[in-house]
Amino acid sequence: MSTFSDTNRRAVKAAKAPSGSGRPAHHKLLLHAILLVGAVAMALPFAWMLFSSFKPLGEIFIQPPKLFPEQWNLEGYRTALSGADFVRGFCNSTYIAVTITVVSLLTSAMAAYAFARIDFRGRRGLFMVFLATMMVPGQLTIIPLYLIMGWLGWVDTHTALIVPPALFNAFGVFLLRQYIRGIPLELEEAAQLDGASRIRTFVTIILPLLRTPLTALGIFTFLGQWNNFFTPLIFLNSSDKFTLPLLVNQFKGQYTSDWPALMAATTLLAAPILILFAVAQRQIVEGIALSGSKS
Amino acid sequence: MAVLTTGSPTRAQGGSEIPDLHRSRARRRRRRADTVAAYLFLTPQLVGLAVFMVGPLLFALVLAFYHWDGFGTRSFAGLSNFGDVLSDPRIRHSAINTLWFTVLQVPGLLLTGFFFAVLMQRAGKLTPVYRLAFFAPVVTSSVAVAAIWLWLFNPDISPVNHALSAIGLPTPNWLQDARFVIPAFAIVGIWQGLGYQLVMFMAGLQSIDRSFVEAAELDGCSEWQKLRHVTVPLLSPTILFLSITGIIGSFQVFDYIYVFFGSTAPDASRTIVYEVVQIAFGEFDFGQASALAFLLFLALLVVTGCQLAAQKRWVHYTE
Repeated sequence: MSTFSDTNRRAVKAAKAPSGSGRPAHHKLLLHAILLVGAVAMALPFAWMLFSSFKPLGEIFIQPPKLFPEQWNLEGYRTALSGADFVRGFCNSTYIAVTITVVSLLTSAMAAYAFARIDFRGRRGLFMVFLATMMVPGQLTIIPLYLIMGWLGWVDTHTALIVPPALFNAFGVFLLRQYIRGIPLELEEAAQLDGASRIRTFVTIILPLLRTPLTALGIFTFLGQWNNFFTPLIFLNSSDKFTLPLLVNQFKGQYTSDWPALMAATTLLAAPILILFAVAQRQIVEGIALSGSKS
Repeated sequence: MAVLTTGSPTRAQGGSEIPDLHRSRARRRRRRADTVAAYLFLTPQLVGLAVFMVGPLLFALVLAFYHWDGFGTRSFAGLSNFGDVLSDPRIRHSAINTLWFTVLQVPGLLLTGFFFAVLMQRAGKLTPVYRLAFFAPVVTSSVAVAAIWLWLFNPDISPVNHALSAIGLPTPNWLQDARFVIPAFAIVGIWQGLGYQLVMFMAGLQSIDRSFVEAAELDGCSEWQKLRHVTVPLLSPTILFLSITGIIGSFQVFDYIYVFFGSTAPDASRTIVYEVVQIAFGEFDFGQASALAFLLFLALLVVTGCQLAAQKRWVHYTE
């Protein structure tokens, strides 16, 4: 386990400092040629998605297929936006992911503080339970969860999607506990000598020092939830409550052969996160590398 | 396992002039106060743990031994759910599909991730540019990824098939051909997962002590020998980590299949998690679905346990 978190920490360092070493010029050229081919191959599916979304339907079937549209056309987007309420889906997804992220960061940090700093009865055993749950696959608990949500009256509500991950995040607790243990104890002791309560110590001293891991964990949690398909698929029925991935999946079923419209819908789903990624590449790579051991 | 030990932070003990008896009573009182404070901080996560993890886990264990559709009467099933699952030829087929997918995806991810990480290490200033391309699929929704590949796998309009036929390779009907559907999933999985492997491998490479590599250079090792005898052994902790998480992820593949086929996936394309979802939420046989999900959990525990047990033979820790 210690090597795992080391691996993650190293990933963060690596994301910060890309390094190169001096090599002969023809080596360099070959190296960049291979990397360029790889990078283009990785980017091409996105390019097909984007450019096809601007094609008129007829151009899709032209052989040989051409990447760029001959005639740029917004029909795909018009069909997509009139076929499903993607704006609403976007708002639902964002609301759900943001709420989960904010609440789960707070509850995880609180629990992590208790595990890291307070000597209480049952600490070791309880922490082991938290760690052990990380092995449990989500598909096992989703069945009883669905029944529990039924009894709570939460089926087909956003509450069913928000509450479980907001209140329980074993990986977040584990990660933040590691960080808190690395904070020098003197800082808190000074505050406590001044008569600060534990809550005050937590809010004024610990939380500000956790900015780095909280940012990383926050990015990881947000992306995981924004892209989550499985849980909303099980819990939601009405399309006005659908998240964006669910909505695009439903749209796909209805517009099977209208490829420009489907690619337009897919672009609407992929673009917000890709733009976010282009703007904050380093932070996002760091966040996922740091938090990646539970994905 | 060093990080798992819950070492208690040393606390400065003041006031040594207080008699021992008083001090221990004071300490006990403080410990009680500490326990109360700790559980206050823990309350939200403990509620979550009980209601959304431990409770459902126990509930699933009970469900696995019952016949129940969630509404009607429950009847005790003994081990028959497990028996039904293990003897069902369709589920056996799905298990084989899942294994086949894992066998293709995990080595594929490790090899491509390692290959590009070694190159990217030396890419200098352009590293962030390449990383943008390789990592973009990682942050993309699996539904978007599957929708894009639905198009790229369509034999009538696919630019992929057009490119294949241009260089004289066979052009399969990827998703409809039983021989190609699982490899097609693996292609999608590798495309989406490669960036993560790459970043983790780059991190591992970054941490390798230059002196090992320099020593090998002094001994006249070729690039290949350095890679084989220095880099790979020193990266073995990263390889172990990525293979464990890779296998766990591959065993749970679901999203692509559901986006490709909806609830009517042909037998050749079904995986274990797809079966769990269909049995639970298509056939409303919660008992059998729970039994199958438990078997998946057990399989994951066994495979991960074996990997951890075997690591002594090949994983080198430098610390």
